[in-house]
Amino acid sequence: MSEESVLNAEAVKVIVFQHGDKEYALPVQEVKSIEKVQHITRVPGTAAFVKGVINLRGVVTPIIDLRTRFNLDEEEFTESTRMIIAFSNEEEVGLIVDAANDVLDIKKEWFGPQPEVVGTIEADFIQGIAKLDKRLLILLNLENILNPEDLKDNQGKS
Amino acid sequence: MSQYLEVFIEESKEHLQSCSEQLLLLEKNPEDVSIVNNIFRSAHTLKGMSATMGYEDLANLTHKMENVLDNIRNGNTSVSTELLDVVFQAVDALEAMVSSIEQGGSGQRDVTEIVGMLHRIETGEDPALRTEAEVSASAAAEAEEDTGQYTYDDFELTVLKQSKEQGYNCYEVTVSVRNDCLLKAVRVFMVFEILEKCGEIIKSNPSVELLEEEQFDNKFTVSLISKDSAEDIKNKVLKVSEIESVVCKSIQFSREETQNEVPGGKEEPEEQAQAVEIKPKAAENEKKQGNTKKTASSKTIRVNIERLDVLMNLFEELVIDRGRLEQISRDLNNQELNETVERMTRISSDLQNIILNMRMVPVDTVFNRFPKMVRQLARDLNKKINLEIIGAETELDRTVIDEIGDPLVHLLRNALDHGIETPEVRRGNGKEEEGHVTLKAYHSGNHVFIEIQDDGAGMNAEKLIRKAISKGILTEQAGASLSPKQAYELIFASGFSTAEQISDISGRGVGLDVVRNTIESLGGAVSIDSVEGSGSIFSIQLPLTLSIISVMLVHISEEKYAIPISSIIETAIVKRSEILQAHNQKVIDFRGKVVPLVFLKDIFDVPGEEEESEYFSLVIVRKGSKMAGLVVDQFIGQQEVVLKPLGSYLNSVFAISGATILGDGQVALIVDCNALIK
Repeated sequence: MSEESVLNAEAVKVIVFQHGDKEYALPVQEVKSIEKVQHITRVPGTAAFVKGVINLRGVVTPIIDLRTRFNLDEEEFTESTRMIIAFSNEEEVGLIVDAANDVLDIKKEWFGPQPEVVGTIEADFIQGIAKLDKRLLILLNLENILNPEDLKDNQGKS
Repeated sequence: MSQYLEVFIEESKEHLQSCSEQLLLLEKNPEDVSIVNNIFRSAHTLKGMSATMGYEDLANLTHKMENVLDNIRNGNTSVSTELLDVVFQAVDALEAMVSSIEQGGSGQRDVTEIVGMLHRIETGEDPALRTEAEVSASAAAEAEEDTGQYTYDDFELTVLKQSKEQGYNCYEVTVSVRNDCLLKAVRVFMVFEILEKCGEIIKSNPSVELLEEEQFDNKFTVSLISKDSAEDIKNKVLKVSEIESVVCKSIQFSREETQNEVPGGKEEPEEQAQAVEIKPKAAENEKKQGNTKKTASSKTIRVNIERLDVLMNLFEELVIDRGRLEQISRDLNNQELNETVERMTRISSDLQNIILNMRMVPVDTVFNRFPKMVRQLARDLNKKINLEIIGAETELDRTVIDEIGDPLVHLLRNALDHGIETPEVRRGNGKEEEGHVTLKAYHSGNHVFIEIQDDGAGMNAEKLIRKAISKGILTEQAGASLSPKQAYELIFASGFSTAEQISDISGRGVGLDVVRNTIESLGGAVSIDSVEGSGSIFSIQLPLTLSIISVMLVHISEEKYAIPISSIIETAIVKRSEILQAHNQKVIDFRGKVVPLVFLKDIFDVPGEEEESEYFSLVIVRKGSKMAGLVVDQFIGQQEVVLKPLGSYLNSVFAISGATILGDGQVALIVDCNALIK
């Protein structure tokens, strides 16, 4: 699913999840399932945001901590912490989020470009911003989040 | 039609393969007519099949080839290298056509040149010397035109009479197929099938071959021995659609024919006895010819490889659950549960062996194309080369087989091009003119070894080092300290080519590094040894299977890691005082050898307190002849695990070759010992 086709569709169904007080969204087509946190096996010598791998029904799936990825402070896992299993390029990847609790239909016209002021480090990861009443949804760009180049840069500790 | 296509392609390949094999044999024993017969049979079947499937070019070329073979068989043409070259070319062209069909093409190809060559060989042929089948078929056809009844030879007559005496009825069944029938051969096949159920087919006119090729108008006649009545047979055959009419009449022996038997009257009892014995055989032969489209009823079935993969995946899931069950039963410690789980474990390991065996394929499937390739190359290079293949029956996992072909081709080409010298040079060096290349495969432990050995020029370590330095692969200093063996390894470096002349066979310097990469990606290793002047040997080590391996589980702090048993020599526990310092490296003296220690806790950055214990648990691993001691916190035990990839996202993690799922559902990482030993 390319970025344009998501934005060009009349309406997009998205999964909404929270990080602190911010709300993020991913198109449902890119999400396979939402899982509770389970045992994560650390993989040595990878980027800091790669938490490790889990056994997802027999498939070894890498897990990425979005907080670390967005350079937010790490937090202890809570009852509401979830793993969103998403796919990109036929590869399944789990994203750790503080909470995931909503599915919304977003109309095309609600989308706006990313405001300049938000232009911080996480800018690359954002596909667009949607305004709903008083909520602000940040639509993520999964491909850039999983960019393997970043993985390499942070590697090499070993 | 498409359901036949798959069978057709498979069988065509088999026949072509057997053609090339037999041709190579023939080249070695040009006098052996039985080999020509074998080739002829394969070619003939192929011709029949391709004509039935409507691949005219394929059938035409095979037909021409068959004619040449027939000449050889009848002693009209003698086997020469030039002749075999042309036949090989024909087989190559046929292979190309079949693979074009396989890829959905039309199987058409311009074969006029080869056909022309074949034809030139064929001319000078005495037209009187046609195959017996053709002679009898045409004779029979003539006879039929005259009398409506066709002639039988003595043997057939005896069989017919014999069966008549035993109360069987002999019929001539004339079947007419409708004009608008599209697949005549198929209808013929169905009729034959029905007739074979009723009784024995003695003869058919036109011959079975011609019928299969649809080379008949609308009518054919079959002589049948059966207990059924004429009416029954007629009705049964009429059930086949698109059959216009069936005439079933009893065979009457003319006096002449009966008289023919009289001179042999004295020996009749014996002859009859023989005839009775032979009868089932003869019938069988006929049957075989009639059934060429079906594979002989051997006890194998073709299974789509995808289905086997699915089975394998399901079984992997089962292995994981088995591990889980074993753990639960250990925790509960219930006698009955323990027994049941133990039984299940045994059954599932049997099952595992069977499933793994099902995926095993003899390396012959890769090796069988080499003799032809080597022959062609040797001729191109003007060298005399004898290829010896040993252990072609050695079995390997399919996935490995699929990948190993190209590296082997490359190594062989290399041995032929760079290894074996030209006959002149060999004579000058006091060697036999003919170079020997040995391709050998054998099992050893959990591995399969494939060796390619030549008795050629071997390699010069100094020359290699100089070359590597001039190419900038090596520094002058590093070059000076290399052992010969290390120098040979240089040829695997990318951008290295030792051929003074670049040929199109090998020597572009893009090959051997790819060979090494492919083999290593299969979990194997390649090594090389050479003696200058007397040859080189490339040795490839491959794992038997890629998906289920035996590992030793260890604890490092709270984390679990798996070390493949295949690379473990043994485990040991050493005292702190036994650890020695060599420069910055901690080593131990292990059975007289200095073994460096690798602290996995540091390598893998395992979080946890540094424990100051008096003893160290070591897993001694090896890579080739080098060893290392991996320091772990605790041994857990040995276990069969299913190898799972970490996925493309995390594919290049240092010293981790994959992951596996343990009994408790957690993921454990598999340590890549090869990466830890330099």
